[in-house]
Amino acid sequence: MKQALGKIVQQAQQLYEDLDLAAVRAWKQAGAGRKAIGYMPMYVPRELIHAAGMLPVGIVGASDRLEIIRGDAYFQSYICHIPRSTIELALSRRLDALDGMLFPSICDVIRNLSGMWTLLFPDRYVRYVDVPQNFDARVGGAYWRRELEQLREDLSALAGKPIEDAALRAGIAAYNENRRVIRLLLAARSRQPWFYPISELYLFLRAGNVLPVEEHTALLRDYLVQAQLEEDRREQDRSRVVLVGMFCEQPPLGLLLTLERAGCWVVDDDLLLGQRWITGEIPVAGDPLENLVQAFLEQSVSTASRYEPQGRRGRWLVDSVRHHQAEGVIFCAPSFCDPALLEQPMLVAALEREGILHTQFKYSEDTGQFGAIREQAGTFSDSIRLWSEA
Amino acid sequence: MSATPTPAKNGGSGSIQKERSMVLQKDMIAGHYDALEQAKESGRKVVYTFVPGNLTELLRSFDLLPNLPEINALQSGMRKLSGDFIQEAEKLGHSEDVCTYVKCDIGMLKKGNLGPTGKKLPPPDLLLLSYTGCFTFMKWFELLRHEYDCPVAMLHVPYQSDGQIHPHHRDYIVEQLRSEVIPKLEQVSGRGYDEERLQQSLALSAQAEDDLVWVLESAKNVPSPIDAYFGGVYYIGPLFSAFRGTPEGVEYYRTLRGEIEERVREKRGPITPDGPMAEERYRLVVEGPPNWTSFREFWKMFYDEAAVVVASSYTKVGGLYDRGFRHDPARPLESLADYCLGCYTNLGLPSRVGLLESYIREYRADGFLINSVKSCNSFSVGQLLILRQLEERTKVPGCFIESDLVDPRYFSSANIKNRIESYLQMLEQKRGVRVGT
Repeated sequence: MKQALGKIVQQAQQLYEDLDLAAVRAWKQAGAGRKAIGYMPMYVPRELIHAAGMLPVGIVGASDRLEIIRGDAYFQSYICHIPRSTIELALSRRLDALDGMLFPSICDVIRNLSGMWTLLFPDRYVRYVDVPQNFDARVGGAYWRRELEQLREDLSALAGKPIEDAALRAGIAAYNENRRVIRLLLAARSRQPWFYPISELYLFLRAGNVLPVEEHTALLRDYLVQAQLEEDRREQDRSRVVLVGMFCEQPPLGLLLTLERAGCWVVDDDLLLGQRWITGEIPVAGDPLENLVQAFLEQSVSTASRYEPQGRRGRWLVDSVRHHQAEGVIFCAPSFCDPALLEQPMLVAALEREGILHTQFKYSEDTGQFGAIREQAGTFSDSIRLWSEA
Repeated sequence: MSATPTPAKNGGSGSIQKERSMVLQKDMIAGHYDALEQAKESGRKVVYTFVPGNLTELLRSFDLLPNLPEINALQSGMRKLSGDFIQEAEKLGHSEDVCTYVKCDIGMLKKGNLGPTGKKLPPPDLLLLSYTGCFTFMKWFELLRHEYDCPVAMLHVPYQSDGQIHPHHRDYIVEQLRSEVIPKLEQVSGRGYDEERLQQSLALSAQAEDDLVWVLESAKNVPSPIDAYFGGVYYIGPLFSAFRGTPEGVEYYRTLRGEIEERVREKRGPITPDGPMAEERYRLVVEGPPNWTSFREFWKMFYDEAAVVVASSYTKVGGLYDRGFRHDPARPLESLADYCLGCYTNLGLPSRVGLLESYIREYRADGFLINSVKSCNSFSVGQLLILRQLEERTKVPGCFIESDLVDPRYFSSANIKNRIESYLQMLEQKRGVRVGT
């Protein structure tokens, strides 16, 4: 690995490993009165937080890097892992840099976690972000606008100054640029996945959870260029696969490495989906709040926790397979993840109607043994390469 | 997530005389399933929907027949059928990790869709997805849509994280009723929206709700004339299912109230499957749904120890009437919106803790028990914190057990019995004297 790439990979790796939010603390200390707002996966309007002069901080649990002691005392064994590690992080004061927490509507676990937060940390700002499931602008749009207005009022109060439209437009522009570069990066990964292995690409996306958006965009641009300069990264006989089910609780890095070592090029995935929830540009001119509303209604990704009025569950996955010329799909969902696991039979049916190969397994963010997964993914990859008609 | 069984036959050792309300309810529910079975012949349209946030009066105003998959699932659980249904769904690729109501329903469908009374259930003409207090509802009806290829009316009910009804939440629901739900009901039924008919129905709902609240609050008496959990699931039956806003519903609750009034006058305790309880030794509040596959056995663990449940959160999943809400004919759609918003599992954890705390105090409970069910994250996530909060606030000790709704693999009888008995012994030792004796 060349020095320039090595340096930024190391930076991304350090940010990934930093459970104490040192980067967030450093950002806060660099300016008087700075505040940071945490958010759980997946979608929150980060543009509003940015416009309030605050740092949005993505909280996605602790992966396999934290022993869960107190967190387990709050959750039954049949509940997924991300809430227990998130509670552990908070109770061990690793999230003290956060001045508030937003809990988007993903599932009942994250929803109830918002109430737990209110009870456990009564002095901190907590808001459940209940996105609309009705996408009519006059109905769901009107509701969502009112919700955003309340969030804007709350953040203004926390910041001690109103959020001006100009600041919100600047926030929209900054995140537009960030999403644009992410799209470029993902397109480049799809064309030449050997330059952007998932275990590395993921680190760079993940850095966006803690870096200011402008810094993150610059880092992604750098990575986009530097990775292409790695001459020893060459095309190999591997299977092109789409990964599905990882939109909330994140897999340990070792699992992503395992998939690569098992002979897979990941050409599309739903990791950290919130960063690319809005699929296009949000207009900067005009009423910025209304632009956020319309973008959510009209430009959101398709995913398990978002209602599909037309009932075309799985269409997006088939489209993804076609668009990225994938040869198969790996359903890789966290244990006890209601959205991913309830959705799966519908996605499987959609793939089978199209004759698309698939396999499935589950993980937990602290999964430590990958032997079985490597064997399964390897067999799947081999079956595609050796016996597929394609 | 919720619901209401039909009265079980008396399989106990004691000889009990069925009260008139029990017979009434049994006939009402049997009649409803008959109507569902004959829907095709009679030309009636069928709408599948959920208990929390149900819009029964609105459906009835279009002459539509509601069918509630949660009720079918729990009935399958009580009839020992759910285990096979769940395994059938798992064979078809539904994860072992997800809600067993969903898998029971899918399995039942795949095995012929015979309902609780053994009669075939009709396919839906419409799926009314009232997305109230439970994320799984959305996926459940998406799965059913794949099976039936029928239209869906989606009603998104915002979560009351702070326990408040915000005007724009109400407006959002009313607008969805006007623009999404009512047009689809009109289309399916072939009838226009008749607000006057809806208002008449809502007035009947309020009458029945008054009597239900009286019955539930009768448990403040010592001894309590009812068991507000195991008996309570029968009492909520008609109002939480197909009979809100009907004359039969009003009659049922008037009759039930009369029977309970008599019990209060005579200082009698609840009626159990083994006969009337002669003694009340422990008064408990229960959080969480019951287990349905071993319902009678579960109940027996309590009444064998003279433990009576005096209040429960489960009997509030279909509406929090005891905190003042009534359907209001003067504001029909707004009132339906408020109803949906206020269902128990649509309330944030702080509100749930507050409600349970008030029950423990108002009903003079000796203890409280949380039955945490694997299937229902809406109920279960946060219950261990609820336990701590309640103990801290009330100084009343709590008990925590785990089971499931309709998966018999998750009901460990010996473990649960042992824990309940130990808990009650601890209560006994703690107070030193018996209550109510």
